[in-house]
Amino acid sequence: MTERRHFRSIDEVGIDSIRRLLDVTDHMAEVSRRPNPKVPALRGRTICNLFFEDSTRTRMSFDTAAKRLSADTMTLAVGSSSVNKGESLRDTVETLSAMGVDAFVIRHRTAGTPWQIAEWTNAAIVNAGDGWHAHPTQALLDAYTIRTRLGGATSFDGLSVAIVGDVRHSRVARSVTQILTMLGADVRLVAPRTLLPPVPMAPSSHDLDDVVGDVDVLYLLRMQSERMGTGLVPGGTEYTDRFALTPARARRLRRDAMVMHPGPMNRGVEITVDPSTLGQSLILDQVTNGIAARMAVLFDLLGSSGTLEDGSNV
Amino acid sequence: MTTCKQVLGPDDVRRAITRMAHEIIERNRGLGGVVILGMQRGGVWLAEALAGQVARIEREVPCGSIDVTLHRDDIGLRPVSPTSVTNVPVALDDACVVLVDDVLFTGRTVKAALDAIGDYGRPRSVQLAVLVDRGHRELPIRPDFVGKNLPTSLTESVEVSIDGVVITGEDAGHD
Repeated sequence: MTERRHFRSIDEVGIDSIRRLLDVTDHMAEVSRRPNPKVPALRGRTICNLFFEDSTRTRMSFDTAAKRLSADTMTLAVGSSSVNKGESLRDTVETLSAMGVDAFVIRHRTAGTPWQIAEWTNAAIVNAGDGWHAHPTQALLDAYTIRTRLGGATSFDGLSVAIVGDVRHSRVARSVTQILTMLGADVRLVAPRTLLPPVPMAPSSHDLDDVVGDVDVLYLLRMQSERMGTGLVPGGTEYTDRFALTPARARRLRRDAMVMHPGPMNRGVEITVDPSTLGQSLILDQVTNGIAARMAVLFDLLGSSGTLEDGSNV
Repeated sequence: MTTCKQVLGPDDVRRAITRMAHEIIERNRGLGGVVILGMQRGGVWLAEALAGQVARIEREVPCGSIDVTLHRDDIGLRPVSPTSVTNVPVALDDACVVLVDDVLFTGRTVKAALDAIGDYGRPRSVQLAVLVDRGHRELPIRPDFVGKNLPTSLTESVEVSIDGVVITGEDAGHD
């Protein structure tokens, strides 16, 4: 029995697996375009969505991904579960494991929870966002979206990417920086000093106007007001004036630039143009590709291993 | 000791493909609705060769490829990973699909392909063309067009390419 594999962070997964997963995502995207977008690959497997934090697209995306692979799904809505009666995380996980779960998809406000939970269960763990730390499936779907726009390029050498906004509180920024850097892109973080981590994971600057006309990818982050202490950004419209994608900045974007946002968007805060009128926007492609990327991760963890030897003529 | 035996040469393969193309045209009078689909990976070059011959003899028909990894019945039993993205060039509703593979063995891959095809539509018929039928079926599946029937033992393996067909196997040593 080989050791149970997980998908918890980009650096843990590594570049070889990332490349393989991007290829598998291509298959899953083709499945999603079929008249019947469903395959029997994970019949009989059970995937449990454990979301301790609010989510629309990630939870729905994982749920849809599991269903398109014919897996059974359980979704724990924390608002109506025994967590509210004081059941510990460990008891919750052990209880659900005892019901026969093959993979847990976990979102939690505390960084490191997916590693902690892996100690309590034999199921595979997929990190759907832990605190400020990591959101690796978002990174995978973003890399896939860029790769598709580049015509399937296997390397992002020379691609210039600006990740703009609340980098400090953003697990998305961390995971996206890791995956794009791994694939060869030049990533620059653009944020007010107060919204950069103490040790930024890439070169940083504080002036969006400096870069907006040059970048290949403009990746906007959501202003995370729910994680925000006081005093990090000035009030009023100053943040928007300096760091949002405004109509004036949108006009300076290159025609072949890509505008991305992990969602949900704070319209009027980090973006004041309507992305649906912006030819460079890939924001809805990101949502569509999210299902395929998550199918790839789930299939890779639950469907691609085995002990029989590979045979070519069967 | 490992033995290696060439059973068909490049000319034999070419002649078999030409004959099978004629049979496909004969069976599907006029080729109305015919779509040729090669199974990843080994069936893809053969499907393209058959489609090329059919085009030379009669007329062009759509040709695509299908990867059945996600429909296999041994997922979780052996390491699998999809190879190339499926390309079904036309809607399969009411089509006459000619499914193509290099070697027909247990029939399980063909069964997976039949399941996959159903997700693209409801073809009028599905026919099976293989260059080599090596026997040992585990499912009630039979080919419609065969290049060569080739009885083999379970321990042998069959390599097929445009350059010919080679059987390799452990020599049992009690001839």
